[in-house]
Order: sequence, then structure tokens, then C-alpha cells
Amino acid sequence: MSSASMSPVSLPIGTRPAGPDSAHVPLRCLAHGRTGDKGNRANISLIAWHPDLYPLLVEQVTPEMVAEVYCARRPSHVERYLLPRLQAMNFVLDDVLDGGVNDALNLDSHGKALAFALLDLRVWVPRQLGHRLRNAPSNALWSSAPPKA
Amino acid sequence: MTNPTAPILHVGCAAGFSGDRTDVARAVVDTLLARGGPACLIFETLAERTLALAQLARGADPSAGYEPLLDEMLRPVLADCLMHSVPIVGNFGAANPIGAAHRVHALAAELGLAPPRVAVVLGDDLGGPTHRALLQAALGADRLEALDIACATAYLGAEGIAQALRQGAQVVVTGRVADPCLTVGPAMAHFGWREDDWDRLARATMAGHLLECGAQVTGGYYADPGFKDVPGLAHVGFPIAEIDAEGHCVIGKADGTGGCVDEHTVKEQLLYELHDPAAYLTPDVVADITKATVEAVGPDRVRLSGVRGHPRPAMLKALVFHRTGWLAEGEISYAGPGAEARARLAGQVLKERWGDAGALRLDLIGVRSLFADDGGHTWATLPPGDARDVRLRAATSQPQREAAQRLTREVTALYTCGPAGGGGVRTALRERLGSVACFVPRDLVPAQVLFVDPDASAGGCA
Repeated sequence: MSSASMSPVSLPIGTRPAGPDSAHVPLRCLAHGRTGDKGNRANISLIAWHPDLYPLLVEQVTPEMVAEVYCARRPSHVERYLLPRLQAMNFVLDDVLDGGVNDALNLDSHGKALAFALLDLRVWVPRQLGHRLRNAPSNALWSSAPPKA
Repeated sequence: MTNPTAPILHVGCAAGFSGDRTDVARAVVDTLLARGGPACLIFETLAERTLALAQLARGADPSAGYEPLLDEMLRPVLADCLMHSVPIVGNFGAANPIGAAHRVHALAAELGLAPPRVAVVLGDDLGGPTHRALLQAALGADRLEALDIACATAYLGAEGIAQALRQGAQVVVTGRVADPCLTVGPAMAHFGWREDDWDRLARATMAGHLLECGAQVTGGYYADPGFKDVPGLAHVGFPIAEIDAEGHCVIGKADGTGGCVDEHTVKEQLLYELHDPAAYLTPDVVADITKATVEAVGPDRVRLSGVRGHPRPAMLKALVFHRTGWLAEGEISYAGPGAEARARLAGQVLKERWGDAGALRLDLIGVRSLFADDGGHTWATLPPGDARDVRLRAATSQPQREAAQRLTREVTALYTCGPAGGGGVRTALRERLGSVACFVPRDLVPAQVLFVDPDASAGGCA
């Protein structure tokens, strides 16, 4: 996706995990997170709701995906730190706050809302992990049909 | 000397920023007293920009420049804290710690209390002429010369706070210290840790990190209906850390309050404003949470363990605030059929009239605003929609007040000269401060501890 939106970003179909029974669900069902700011740099945490879901995050929520979600803000660098003992990841995005709290013209100069753009990302979840999701989508979503383009 | 048999220290937090709720300290103190044993109450009121604003306030009125809500924060709990030997530690001194100390004395006198032992920690202010060379070395002469500096402060460590408490302070007032130091200082004083006891200092630092934003670890900045439901958010309780002689902590909250403390609230706050988890830099220690674990140990009680420490940095972080001009904002709303098209037209009108007079940001609140960008990329590429309740927001930053003010007039004029049905214009104009981070050698920025006597003119009751 090359447009400048922080709207849902889909993984390329080729990265879909093996097996027919998987669903494409909002990241928000797998994980939670929050934004912090320092200067013109934001960090966004992503914390699995359950340890079983953490490998899906590591596999699918890559720094490249995160850079794509925030492409309108032109991050100069995205670093991903893994914290397996906390089943968490920490993304650090440089130059993504329109100058930061003292210089930006934006409404949310801290970037408080930014984590929710990431939580709108869609990721693949195998059916056997469906019971670990929060607010899991209905069973009808679990199908072998390819996602809509 | 480290005292391994010292009892657990309870540290309660009653403010996470300037402007936090002032009715929360009572429940925290009641809980500390009910638990018994050594305890401390902290107030964290200095975000990055708060201190610069306080400096400006002090410039306008030499008696001002400390936390404006100081009285409201302390009045409900000062008597109990003094009576039960619960020291109060706060960075509410902001740009004028001595002024705040005098205010604490005056408040104690008003409440009919014996004069407390009030200490201030000084040394963070780098705004004086003696620090010019220091800033020049940190930033370079040319860069420094180009800045219209409003103030400069270094982030001091915990040692000044610890020293004040060891000398018997009942209230410790600081300016800029790194936020976790408000917790590390009391723990150092209580347990007798050395300044190079890296693991223990790092553990207490992360306990302080969990406390320093107040309700952000107890359900605030967390609730998300259906996904993260928080009971009693309207009366969210503030956090209390139980710190042991090894520095390990259990995070809980004030009794009889709303909110929640679970593994997820703690993980979110643990990673808040953190960059490299192996190297969380503070003036006291470099904390490493890569091996840290959190574990629920009871209702609203979560243990943090596994934090390790590495030697502290040789340099202290400092922030230089400089005047960058004026920020102007204006908003106008459109609703009903065609609302988004009318809001967009209003934006086009503004852009056409603004010309090349400097950066102009436009947002369509109700369509895309928080996720848009200053560069205008979102505005240019967002396909037209049919939103029915849209607020156009415009913002600019200009070196001169008059130039910025022009935007507020342009937005206001949209009432009669813009698209149909525009209403609810609001405008704002304020001076801005930019910040530049730099690093200064810690040896050149020593903390000084000073005990402040009651000001006779304040009418003490000694």
C-alpha cells in the first residue's frame, strides 16, 4: 500500500501462514500498546494478550510493516526491540512527530493516538489460536478463501 | 551502608504531571498509613515543556515559577504526612524550588502545623551566565548564538534527594530531576545503597518509572472499551510501589479506588517512553529490562523482577528551550449533507489566501486529523468522502506574533466569506518554545541541597 494513510494495512498475500484455517484479524485482538514521546521520536509498544500469540507478532509485525503504517509521517528510521519475557515488542520511530511537542503544528503533538494506527493492522491468525484472541471475530471469518485485494 | 534487613519501603505517587488530579493524594496517604511501616509520597509534575513554561512564569513574577497547584496537592495530606513521618518528595519546585519551599512553610503555618524541615535540591538550572561556557561546549558556539534561549536545565539524579532525606528532610522540593529519581532517592536513603549499586538502583529506577506517570499504571491512558475494560475509571486510584532491600518491587494502588493493576497495565507503562530496553538511560544508572518479568501476585498487585543495571552515563542530559515564535490555530465546523466538501472548500480558501506565507497545516477533524501530517501529504491524497460532521482546523507557526495572528483572522472571516453553514469558530494564539537536547559533564553540574527556614513574613507559628 503506497498511499499516505494510517488506515488498515494488509500483509502481502504471499506472507500468509501455511494452513487453510486462518483469519485476517485486527492486531487489536492479539495485542495492546501505547505511544510515548521524547522530542521528535515516538515509541510504540506492542504487547501480546497471550504468550501463544507473541510469535505471530514477531513474524508478522515487522519494522517494515510499521514503517508502512506511519509512512505519512515519513519516519527516518524504525527500530524494533523484542522482549520475549514480556511477550512484547517496542518500536522506536525517528522523526515521526512532525517536529515533536514543541515544534509540530498537529493537534496531537505528543503522538498519543499513534499506537491505534498500528492496532488497526490486519494479521493472520491460525484457527487453533482463535480462543486466545480478545473480542475474536465470529467463526464465519475463519475460512480458506484468500483475502480481498 | 546497605541495610539488607531494612523493611519494605512503600512509595506512593500522587501526581504524574502538572495539571494532574489534586484529589488523589488522600487515598494514597490513607493506604500508606494503613499498611504501616516506612513510606514516602511523591509528586511528579514536570513534563519536558512544563519547566520552560515555569521559567517564563518566573520571568514575569519572581515569586512564581513553581507548580501552580502546589497548595491543592499538598493541603489535604501535609498534616498526616508530617505527623506520621511520611516524607513528601516532589519536583514541583519547577523553576523556583525555594519559592515552593516558602509556600510549603506558609501552608504548614496556615494549617497550624509546626514548621517542617523543608529541603530544596538545586543545581539543575543552567540558565545563568556561569553556564554559558558549558552550553557552548555542548552545542557549539554558532548554534548557541543562533538560539533565543528562554531557559536551560539539566536532569539531575537521585543523590540530592537521598542526601536531603538522610539529613532529616520532611519535604524535599526539586526542580528538574529525572522522573524516576523521585523514587530512587528515597530508596537510596532508606536502604543505604551505594551510588554504584547498579542492579538495585536500576530496579528502583524501573519502580520509579512505573510510578512517575501516576494513573498510567493503574488503568489510566489504558481503557479501551471491549478490549481493555477498566472498572471505576472516574475514580482511578494512584499507584503505590512496595520496594524491598534488593530493589525489587510490587506495584499496587490506593485502597478503595477505581482502576486496575494487572500484568498488562504494568507492561504498557514499563515500555512507555522507553527506547532501547537494554539501556534505559537515567542520571543514576543505565537500566536493562531485557530479562525483566512481570507477574500478578494478588488482586491489583504485580511484581516486577529481573531488572539489571549498568554503570551510569558520564554525561547528564540537558534541555535548552528557546523562543521559536508564535503558534496560531483556528477551527470552524460544518455539518449535514456536503459537510466534508464544504470543509475542504474552506481549507482551499485558506490555502489560496495564505499563499507562501509559511507552513500552514490543515486537518479535517471527523475525517482525518490525528493521523494526518504537517507535510500536507494526507490532505493531498485523502480521497473525498461524505463525512457529515467535520471541523476544519488550521495551524501555523510564525516568528512574529502579527504574522501568526493573521491566520486567526482568516479563519474567523470564514463565517461570512467562506462556504455555507460554517459555525463554531475558535481561535488560539500562543508563544512557543522549542527545545534542543544536549549532554553536559556531570561533574560540572553538581546538585546542591539546602534547607529552607520558614519565612518570617509568611507568619509561621514557631
